[in-house]
Amino acid sequence: MRTRALALLRGSGALVALIAACIFGVARYEAFLTPENVLNLLRQNSMLGLVALGMTFVIISGGIDLSVGALLAIAGVVAAMVSSRGSFVAVVAGVGVAALLGTTNGLLIARARIQPFIVTLTMLIAVRGATLAISAEQSINVDVGASRLVWLGRGDVAGLPSPIVLLLLAYAFGAVLLRFTRFGRYVYAIGDDAEAARLMGLATDRIVITTYALSGALAGLAGVVLAGRLGSGQPVAGGGWELDAIAAVVVGGTMLTGGHGGAGSTLIGVLLLGVIFNLFNLEGTISPWWQWVLRGGFLLGVVVVQSRFQRKTP
Amino acid sequence: MSSRSALARDDIATSARPALLRMERITKRFGAAVALNAVDFELRAGEVHALVGENGAGKSTLVKIMTGAYHRDAGDVWLDGAPVDFDTPAEAQATGVYAVHQEIHLLGKRTVAENVFLGREPRRWGFIDWSRMHADATTLFADLGLEIDPRVVLSTLSLARQQMVAIARGVSLGARVLVLDEPTSSLSDRETEILFELIRLLKAQGTAIVYISHRFSELYAVCDRVTVLRDGALVTTCALKGLERLDLVCLMLGKSREALRAGTTGFASVVTPSEARSFSRPEGSEGPAPAEPLLRAESLGRGTYLRDVSFDVRRGEILGLAGLLGSGRTETARAVFGSTPADSGTMRLEGARFSPHSPVDAIRAGVGYLSEDRKADGIIPDLSVRENLTLAALPLLTKYGVVSRRRQMEVVDRFMARLGIKATSAEQRIRDLSGGNQQKVLLARWLCMTPKLLILDEPTRGIDIGAKGEIQHLVQELTASGLGVIMISSEIEELVEGCARVVVLREGRDVAELRGSEISERAIIHAMAESSA
Amino acid sequence: MNWRRVVPGPEYAVVASLVFLVVANSVFTPNFASTGNLWNVLLQVSPVMLCALGMTLVIATGGVDLSVGSTMAIAGAIAGVLVERSMALALVAAAIGATFVGVLNGTLIAALRVQPIVVTLATLIAGRGLAQIISHDGQLVTIDVPAFMTIGRGHVGPIPLPVLIALAAVVASMFVVRSTALGRHVLAVGGNPAAARLAGVPVRLTIATVYAASAALSAIAGVIIAARLGASDAAKLGQNMELDAIAAVVVGGTALAGGRASIGGTVAGALLMQVIATSFNMLLVPYAWSLALKAGIILVAVYLQRPRRV
Repeated sequence: MRTRALALLRGSGALVALIAACIFGVARYEAFLTPENVLNLLRQNSMLGLVALGMTFVIISGGIDLSVGALLAIAGVVAAMVSSRGSFVAVVAGVGVAALLGTTNGLLIARARIQPFIVTLTMLIAVRGATLAISAEQSINVDVGASRLVWLGRGDVAGLPSPIVLLLLAYAFGAVLLRFTRFGRYVYAIGDDAEAARLMGLATDRIVITTYALSGALAGLAGVVLAGRLGSGQPVAGGGWELDAIAAVVVGGTMLTGGHGGAGSTLIGVLLLGVIFNLFNLEGTISPWWQWVLRGGFLLGVVVVQSRFQRKTP
Repeated sequence: MSSRSALARDDIATSARPALLRMERITKRFGAAVALNAVDFELRAGEVHALVGENGAGKSTLVKIMTGAYHRDAGDVWLDGAPVDFDTPAEAQATGVYAVHQEIHLLGKRTVAENVFLGREPRRWGFIDWSRMHADATTLFADLGLEIDPRVVLSTLSLARQQMVAIARGVSLGARVLVLDEPTSSLSDRETEILFELIRLLKAQGTAIVYISHRFSELYAVCDRVTVLRDGALVTTCALKGLERLDLVCLMLGKSREALRAGTTGFASVVTPSEARSFSRPEGSEGPAPAEPLLRAESLGRGTYLRDVSFDVRRGEILGLAGLLGSGRTETARAVFGSTPADSGTMRLEGARFSPHSPVDAIRAGVGYLSEDRKADGIIPDLSVRENLTLAALPLLTKYGVVSRRRQMEVVDRFMARLGIKATSAEQRIRDLSGGNQQKVLLARWLCMTPKLLILDEPTRGIDIGAKGEIQHLVQELTASGLGVIMISSEIEELVEGCARVVVLREGRDVAELRGSEISERAIIHAMAESSA
Repeated sequence: MNWRRVVPGPEYAVVASLVFLVVANSVFTPNFASTGNLWNVLLQVSPVMLCALGMTLVIATGGVDLSVGSTMAIAGAIAGVLVERSMALALVAAAIGATFVGVLNGTLIAALRVQPIVVTLATLIAGRGLAQIISHDGQLVTIDVPAFMTIGRGHVGPIPLPVLIALAAVVASMFVVRSTALGRHVLAVGGNPAAARLAGVPVRLTIATVYAASAALSAIAGVIIAARLGASDAAKLGQNMELDAIAAVVVGGTALAGGRASIGGTVAGALLMQVIATSFNMLLVPYAWSLALKAGIILVAVYLQRPRRV
C-alpha cells in the first residue's frame, strides 16, 4: 500500500508541482495567464523541449548525452550557411549533421565501449571547436530567401506559434515511439538491464546507436528552429543546454539509472522548469544568477529524493 | 552386492525413452585450466535430470555450453538427433534450449507480459498490440496453472513468481530443454512446492528439465536421474531412486563408501581412531570447555540463507564449519565479520556483546576474515604486495595520516619471510603472483593485525599443494599462541585433520557438532547428507 | 595481453610525446624555446595542474568532478569581494567556501550513492550562479591589493609564484598517493570496492575526502587566476576547466575506471595539453581547431585505457 502511494507520488509529483506553480502564478500575477505570457513561455521553452525529448530516450536507455548543446549550435550554423539554397536544404543539412554526430556518439559508446559521459563530453568540445571554426566565430545570417526556415522559428499555425506546434508534434511522436513500438520498448529494456536484454536476444548495440542518433537529430531540429527564430546561426548557442535538458528530464520523474520515464513526464518537467523561471521573471526581483543556483539546487534535490525512492522500491 | 551395479540395472530399465539432448566428450579450457574434460551428458524428453557437484566440478560450465553462453573447445552436441552449435544464448533459445538462472535475467522494471514476449511482441500495423499481448500472457499462465497478472511490473512479484515468469517465457519460446539453475535458493518452502508442481506439469508435457541444486531433499522430490561431476569430469549418471544420500555425497566428494564403512556402523556416535594426522591438535581440546569461549554465536539468522546457527569458538582452537554449497557456511562467516550482518540472533566476543554492522566494527574488535573469493573480495589487483598486505593494518602503521614506510616494510618483510611469500619484491603487483602467494599475502593482511579471531573461508582452494601445506601448518602454529580460528572448507580431510571441533551446517542450520575423536570423514559426510526430518 | 608489456605504459607514452612536442616546437615554432615563453607555459598550466591533481584523486576512486571550474569561480569571487577588507580573511573564506562545495559533492556521492556526474553537474550550474551572486550580482570584481596580486604575479627568483604553488601541490599529491593511509584507501576503493570494504577501509569517508580535496585545490587555482588578472570574472573564471583537468588526467594514464593514480602522468598530461595549446596559439592555428584536437586526444587516451572485457 505504502509503496503504491510512493509510486503514485513519484509518477505525478512533477504534475502536482506544475499545477501548484500555475495556481500560484494565476493568484499572484495578473500577467501570468495572459495569452502573450503563456505563448511566450511555451515558445521560449519549445527548443529546450525538443532537446529534452532526445535526452529522455538516452536517459531511459541508461546513458547520458552532454553534447546536445553543441549539436544544437552546429545545426543552426550549418542551416544558416546553406540557407541560400533554400529552406528545405537548410533544415535537412542542419538536422542531418547533428544526427550524424549523434550516430558517432552512439557508435563510440556501443561499439568502442567508452563511457557515454566521456564520449559526449569530448563530442561537446570537438563540435564547439568545429562550429567556431566553420563560422569564423561570427554569427551567420539566414538568407532572406529561406522564408520557411524563418517561419519555423517565427511563424504560426492558426495563431499557434510554429515552434509550439513542432514541440507538440515531436512529443506525440516520441510518446508513440516509446509506448507502441518495439524500438521504444527495447530502449526501456536496455536501460533496465542491458545484459539481460542481450541475453534475451535483443540487438542492443543497434538500439543504443539509434538512441543517440535520435538525440542528435532532435538537438539539430532545435538548433534549426532557433536559427529561424533568431534569423541567424549562432556558434555559441545552446551553451549549458545539456544541463537544462537533463534537469527537465529528471525533474519530470525519469530516473537517471535508466529503464524508467517517458515523453509525457519530460514535457511536464520542461513546463515546470519553464513556469518556475517565468514566475521568477514576473516577480522581477530574482537575478538570473539566483536562477542558476535554484536550477542546480533543484536538480540536486530531485536526484536526492529519487535516490531515497530507489532504495524503498528496489 | 555393490550398490553401483544395482543402480546400473535401474538405469538400463529407464533408458527406453529416447535422448532429446546428447552431449559427447565435451571439453572446455580456460587458459591452462581444464574446466570440463570429455564429459558426456544425456537428457531424455519428459525427465527431470539433476546435475550435481561441488565447487569447480564443472556444472555451470556444462550448462553454459548447453545454453550457448560458452562455446565448447571439443565434443559434440545433438538436439533431437541433429547436431547443434549455439553461438549465443538467443540462438539456443530459438532452438528450444532455455535456461533460468539463479539471478533471474529478466527486466525488473518492465511488466510481466513484456518480459514474457520481449523480442516477439504481437503487433498490429507495426504498433505493439498491448491488449493481445496481455491476453496471450493470460492464456499462457492459465495453461501453466499460474495466477499472475501480466500487467504488473515484474519486480513487484516475489522471487518465486519472477522465476515462474522466466519459466513461462521459456515455455512460450517453445523450450524443449529447460535448465533450472539453483531455482529454490531464495524460495520459501511453500513457493518451492508451487515450483515443483509446475515442474511436474512441464515434465508431463514432455519437456526435459535439467535441475541444479545443492538441496538433496529437492533432488529426491522432483528428479528422475542424476549426473555427478567432479573436477571437470563425469563421475556417473544414474537413476536417483535407490541411490542413498550418503552414496550421492560420496560420489560428489570422490570418497568410496566402502572405505568409509570400514570398521564403522551407525552415525556420529562411533569413535574412529585418529587417523594419520598431518598436524596434531592442541592440548586439552577434548577436555571440558573453558568457562568463557572467545566467541559465542546464538541463533544467527538472515533471510532464507541463514536460518538458525549457533556455535562457539575458543582461544587456541580451530573450529571447522562444514556443509555443502549453499548450507550457510559463508553467510555465517559474513555475519560474524559484519559484512552482511545477521538480522536475528546474538553474539558475544570475550563475553561482551558483539554485533558488528560493518567490517570496520569487526576488525576493531579483533576479528579478521579471509574471504572465499580471492579475486572479487580479496586482492586489490593493481596494488603491490606491500600495499595489499598492510591494507587492513594501516591504522596501526600510521601516524598523523602518514604511513610509516619503515614500520610498513618491517611488517611486510617479517610476514613475507614467515609465510614464504614468493614475489620478485614487495613492490610487485599482486595480480602477477600465483594463487597460493596471493592467498598468503591476504592471510598476512590479517595476521599482521594480531587478531583474536580469524575466519578462514576456503583458505586453500585453488592453490598448489605446497602452498596448501604451508598455510595449514601456519594456521596450526598460530592457534598454539592463543588465536581462535573458524575454518570453512569443502575439503573434508582438511577439517578432519585440522579441527578440534566441527560444526556441520545444512540448509542454514547447524545440524551436528563433532568433537575430538568423533570427527571423521564419514561422520561429517553423514551429517551433511541426512535430512533434518 | 603481451603487447601491453612490450609497449611502455601510458606514463611513458605521454612523457615521450611531451618531449617530442617540446623539441619539435623548439625547432619549428619561432620563439617557442625562449626562456620567457617556457616560463609562460608553466605559468599558464599552473591552475590546470592544480585542478588536475584533485581530479586525479577523484578519478582514482572511480568518480569524476565536473564542478571544478565553478568552484574556482566561487573561490575567486569570495576572495575578490573580501580582499579589500583583509587578505587573510579573503583567503580563508575562499578556501572554506570552495571546500564546502566539495564536501557537498562528496557527501551526496558517498552517502546517497547518487552518480558523481549528476551531482557535480548540478553543483557546476549552481556554483556558477553562486559565484555571480557573490560578485555583487554578476559584476566584474576588480582587485587592487598588491599583496594579493603577488599570488598570481610574484616571482621567487626567476620562478613565478603560481608555478611554485603548483609544484608544491604536485609534491604534496605525490606524498599523499605514495605515503599516506588516505592514498592507499583511494586506490583500494577505486581498485576493488568490495575488497576494500572487507579490509576495513572507510569507503565513504575516503570518497567524501577526495571531492573535498578536489574543491580545495580548485579554490587555490581560482585565487591564482583572480590574482594574476587583478580581477574576478565570475562568468569566465574556470570555464571548461573540468575538461582540461579530465584531459590532463586521462592523457596522463590514470584510467577512468579507477584504482590507479599517476601524479607524474597527470603532470606530464597537463604540460602536454598546454604545450599543444601554446604552440597552436603561436602558430596562429585557430582556437577552434585546438578544441577539436583536444577532444580527439582525450578520446584516444580513454579508448586505449578502457576496461577490457573478461
